[in-house]
Amino acid sequence: MSKLKSIEELQKIRQAAKDNLDLRSTAESEDRIIIRVGMATCGIASGARTTMNAIVDELREQNITNVSVTQTGCMGYCAEEPLVEVVFKDKPSVIYGHVDAQRGREIVNEHIKNGRLLQNAIITKSFEKID
Amino acid sequence: MNNYRMHLLVCGGTGCTSSDSLKLVDELKESIEKHGISNEVEVVITGCFGFCEKGPILKVYPDDVFYVTVKPEDAEEIVEEHVIKGRQVERLLYVEPNLKVKLEGQKDLPFYKKQIRIALRNCGFINPEDINECLAADGYQALAKCLCEMSKEEVIETVIKSGLRGRGGGGFPTGLKWKYTSNNASDVKYIICNADEGDPGAFMDRSILEGDPHSVLEAMAIAGYAIGAEHGYIYIRAEYPLAIHRLEIAITQARELGLLGIDILGTGFNFDVELRYGAGAFVCGEETALIHSIEGARGEPSTKPPFPAQCGVWDKPTCVNNVETLANIPPIFLRGADWFRTIGTEKSPGTKVFALAGKVNNVGLVEVPMGTTLREVIYDIGGGIKNNKEFKAVQTGGPSGGCITKENLDIPIDYESLNSIGSMMGSGGMIVMDEDNCMVNIAKYYLEFTKEESCGKCTPCRVGNKRLLEILDKITQGNGTEQDLADLVELGEIIKDTSLCGLGQTAPNPVLSTLHYFYDEYLAHVREKKCPAAVCESLLSYIILPEKCVGCTACAKVCPVPCILGEVKKTHVIDQSKCIKCGACYNTCKFSAIAKR
Ligand SMILES: Cc1cc2nc3c(=O)[nH]c(=O)nc-3n(C[C@H](O)[C@H](O)[C@H](O)COP(=O)(O)O)c2cc1C
Ligand code: SF4
Ligand code: SF4
Repeated sequence: MSKLKSIEELQKIRQAAKDNLDLRSTAESEDRIIIRVGMATCGIASGARTTMNAIVDELREQNITNVSVTQTGCMGYCAEEPLVEVVFKDKPSVIYGHVDAQRGREIVNEHIKNGRLLQNAIITKSFEKID
Repeated sequence: MNNYRMHLLVCGGTGCTSSDSLKLVDELKESIEKHGISNEVEVVITGCFGFCEKGPILKVYPDDVFYVTVKPEDAEEIVEEHVIKGRQVERLLYVEPNLKVKLEGQKDLPFYKKQIRIALRNCGFINPEDINECLAADGYQALAKCLCEMSKEEVIETVIKSGLRGRGGGGFPTGLKWKYTSNNASDVKYIICNADEGDPGAFMDRSILEGDPHSVLEAMAIAGYAIGAEHGYIYIRAEYPLAIHRLEIAITQARELGLLGIDILGTGFNFDVELRYGAGAFVCGEETALIHSIEGARGEPSTKPPFPAQCGVWDKPTCVNNVETLANIPPIFLRGADWFRTIGTEKSPGTKVFALAGKVNNVGLVEVPMGTTLREVIYDIGGGIKNNKEFKAVQTGGPSGGCITKENLDIPIDYESLNSIGSMMGSGGMIVMDEDNCMVNIAKYYLEFTKEESCGKCTPCRVGNKRLLEILDKITQGNGTEQDLADLVELGEIIKDTSLCGLGQTAPNPVLSTLHYFYDEYLAHVREKKCPAAVCESLLSYIILPEKCVGCTACAKVCPVPCILGEVKKTHVIDQSKCIKCGACYNTCKFSAIAKR
């Protein structure tokens, strides 16, 4: 490590370091978007892990920081695995089926970034939770 | 670079590490390795989460799930179930004892609900051994701001305006202390961080140093800039090895980045920090004794004036600040003095960290806004008294403070109101007592401590406290008289008036305050020779309750004397003339048929 010689250099290294910590601050922020990947045995068998890593990677590449990627158990549509659910605060959630790495990246670029749903991949536009 | 999608934060504070949290880390890492996902999941060791009652604590990000009392054996299940399959491990979630529901997020826990974390902001959130995490959490931003945008006067003015007061016990306005030190012209000045933390049961300073050491280094540099000091000392007790280790790492990393050393951030400001180890004497927390100890002399207080701000270490102007005081400095600069004033009370802005201990359900470290009531701390955060017993008193201010009774539970916590009821803020120890605590014994406990810790310089403190203790001993033995109670008060007042330093001036407080609030209990000891809480051994006897005794003979078998008479299925009796009051029978009886009276 070389010595920081100005406030600009400090800001630069802070920014780089911030990316890693965003995972934690995002989880505690109010306006976060959640992407859930179905990772039960069926999901994992059909490649959910690759999908998840692709999504995390794309988010980082696009510099999107208000999204938490978490995994969840079986979502019930095993035939359509890998499944990905996108939850915007105060909006019904959207579930996509057959999400491979490619489609995972599309979700990030279209749905998260531009607010456009990938119509052909949606399983059901919303489902109500019974809490 | 690794593309981590999940962080597992494990508490690496002294409390949790002693319950095997580091072994848990190893097991987690091993299991993650085994499943081939080490580039997805990072295990991070952090500082104390504060919820020590339920340690070791494991927090999962980004899911915001909070696991309690996690054992190394649980690692595999957590990785397989939660990390890989996304299913929470239900049995490790915190169960709210009153509602009996399982709570998953940290925010849901009642323990955290009334807390505001300023001094502890990064404890349990960042890895204290990695300066990058600290930088990402805005570490050294306040220093950069002060050095690049503010004059010394503006820095001091900001601290004065914030109303921050010393958290080491005295409550002296920090900004004013900086101003006095700054006003005393000298080519060399010093800033000292007081990390002696001698109050038995207190561990907030240790936790800050273990969880966020950079915040203290940063604040010392800011103070150095403000008062014109290029050199800082951290005086820390040698029995805090983990805090020392983390500080050493932090200092090395800060030096590597040039955040300590020559020409910091190209501003021409030089500042560096050295550690000085204390041997763990309570009196060395007193600032003049601390200064003598740093100089290599005996750790004895000396008269003030001259104050350290005029003539401190190596006879140079010196500013002594407590760890927690310093930890509050960076947020004040980043968020503003006005923001700081919105928290807490008019005269005591900000928060205070307390080490909650004793007979409460949730022992641990809590940071609450000043003005919070003791009731909120003990019942809402602390979860009430253990085993549904009756609350009796709470001691604040450690061996220098006093006890507070039920009647005063609703007073807001700040420097003035605690003083007004005969206790004090102190450094933040808070020990809760229930109906099973004997107040004479509590007073004796604290006095034993101060008697040992007196440096011996002044006669009233050295001899007087010893005499106080002897009288208390006499009372607990059942040999006390009412004259003894009057003597305690008179002698106590004399010690307070004639001792040189804060140790002697406050040592009689626990005796005087328990005498004031629990005079009846003292009277019972001297008049009826009874200990109402059944603690003082000489004053109690073990008896067998005939209505409960089923004659199982269990007590008679364990009695070492033996002095329990009785036959199978017939009521037993203790021969009081032979009983040595060892308590073996009491602990053995399954039918609660043996009572202490
Ligand atoms: C007997 C005695 C013990 C003390 N122990 C400590 C201590 O452990 N830590 C501490 O910060 N201050 C302690 N103090 C208070 C210090 O003398 C000093 O007031 C304080 O460090 C100043 O820092 P502050 O203004 O930031 O609180 C003690 C005082 C006395 C009289
Ligand atoms: S009051 Fe006690 S501890 Fe303080 S200087 Fe005197 S003898 Fe030493
Ligand atoms: S207190 Fe000890 S000595 Fe006394 S009766 Fe019980 S077991 Fe025996």
